Amino acid sequence: MVDLGIKIHNLDLKNPVMTASGTCGFGEEIADFFDLSRLGGLVVKGTTLKHREGNAYPRMAETPSGMLNAVGLQNKGVDNFIANIYPRIKDMDTHLIVNVNGSTIEEYVALTERLNELDKIPAIELNISCPNVKEGGMAFGISCPSAEAVVKAVRKVYSKTLIVKLSPNVTSIAEIAKAVEGQGADSVSLINTLLGMAVNAETRKPVLSTITGGLSGPAVKPIAIRMVWQVYNAVKIPVIGMGGIMNATDAIEFMIAGASAIQVGTALFIDPTIPVQIIDGITQYMERHKIQSVNEIIGSLQC
Amino acid sequence: MKKTVIDFLLLNNKQLNKDNFLLVLQSPIPVSDIFPGQFINVEIKDATEIFLRRPFSVLDVDYEKQTISLLVKILGRGSRKLTEAKEGQKISAIFPLGKSFTLPDKNDRILLIGGGSGVAPMLFLSKICGLDPDNVTVLIGARSSSDHIDITAYQPYGNFFFTTEDGSLGEKGYVTNHTVFIDRLTQFSKIYTCGPDLMMKSIGRTAIGKSIFCEVSLENMMACGFGVCLCCVEDTKAGHKCVCTDGPVFNVNDLKW
Repeated sequence: MVDLGIKIHNLDLKNPVMTASGTCGFGEEIADFFDLSRLGGLVVKGTTLKHREGNAYPRMAETPSGMLNAVGLQNKGVDNFIANIYPRIKDMDTHLIVNVNGSTIEEYVALTERLNELDKIPAIELNISCPNVKEGGMAFGISCPSAEAVVKAVRKVYSKTLIVKLSPNVTSIAEIAKAVEGQGADSVSLINTLLGMAVNAETRKPVLSTITGGLSGPAVKPIAIRMVWQVYNAVKIPVIGMGGIMNATDAIEFMIAGASAIQVGTALFIDPTIPVQIIDGITQYMERHKIQSVNEIIGSLQC
Repeated sequence: MKKTVIDFLLLNNKQLNKDNFLLVLQSPIPVSDIFPGQFINVEIKDATEIFLRRPFSVLDVDYEKQTISLLVKILGRGSRKLTEAKEGQKISAIFPLGKSFTLPDKNDRILLIGGGSGVAPMLFLSKICGLDPDNVTVLIGARSSSDHIDITAYQPYGNFFFTTEDGSLGEKGYVTNHTVFIDRLTQFSKIYTCGPDLMMKSIGRTAIGKSIFCEVSLENMMACGFGVCLCCVEDTKAGHKCVCTDGPVFNVNDLKW
């Protein structure tokens, strides 16, 4: 029997497979497809302090081996989450992590304080990397001083596991990772979507209402793995990897490059049962390679 | 109804006219209940540059044979690739997805208006709505007679009328120019429609003006089809709503039309 258990700061994950924010709703939307208790963790839809309508339609463009999105953090705000959603999902038998977004440092702090009160939310994923909102979002994640400032402020009020989601739209993601580690981040997750654009040749207009959007899917996988490897070699805190993971082999590649856990995102749109296929596939890989603990895979790159 | 991912077997792939194909998919397990307006999200295999599934309305269901029939109109790369699928091939689909049309009451007189591939849910609705066929009027529009599909199997379920833009079948013009729509609209207690956006908007606005119950089935670019990506939103009076889960069927009064 192989051991799939992974530790991310204070979180003991039953396996390294999580679902990525914005791709699994609040869990309820994918509960028909598989037993959510099989997951190592579930990162719920990005939450903001106030209700957000998100961006105008069109918000999506299909691209070769991927897609662009410009949803813009549509959600009903943290009060609605606490009053209406949290009571329904709090007893799911997996780690529930809330993805947190703000336009200002004060918003990040206020939101985090509210979530700190919830017993069944053991961690937050601080999103300083959303490319699809005008204020805040990625702006905090693309320079070391601003990333440090927001993590420092949140760390003061948040005592549980703090994961910081990093933007790939930077010159050196390892520098940003080191900066947030220095302010007390317990883990970093990467990568968020890459800023991209699609043009309609017939109309000569942009496909997305926002002109640019976030690219995800297998198209970004090589970039994500490179960044996971760079960050793994730069920090001591666990790295959570994501970006175009479609199967167990992809997941294992991320772990070999240094990811302690992985998040499955866009693949859920194609096949919502993929997380369990990945968990089973990792188990089979470990049996085939006679690996006892999944921790042996992490950072085992030979070069 | 529990949503599932199923590998269907493509039993039949028949070209109906230039751009329309009838695909019959057989499930290895009993097919769960599915209603007009609901859709299935089909994976397009081995196709360069096609990454996401494609949503299709259901044309018909045979619970005994465990089959679902789809009317597939070639609109782009995805639908074209699907029409090239070979019989005997496995086709993965997620279903049942979305909200169906509100089934009419026993005494309703209903008008079903379909345009293009939007005819599929209208034919399905005419078949299962359970009304006296005299109370079911179906108005189908297309560019030309060669774009219309054979509706023989559905004729017992209602009174059918046609329009074509070139006048080659039925009355010439759009469905909203048809005598049924111009002269008899207030005879109907409910209108249901699916087709091009401009057609549905014209029908919807008329229905609002005459205070007639009207439901429309919207089409929108989707990534997931089951409400997690929030890409396929429609701007409604209650804010952004997902076409895949809050719809695709909407009451026109809820839309900003």
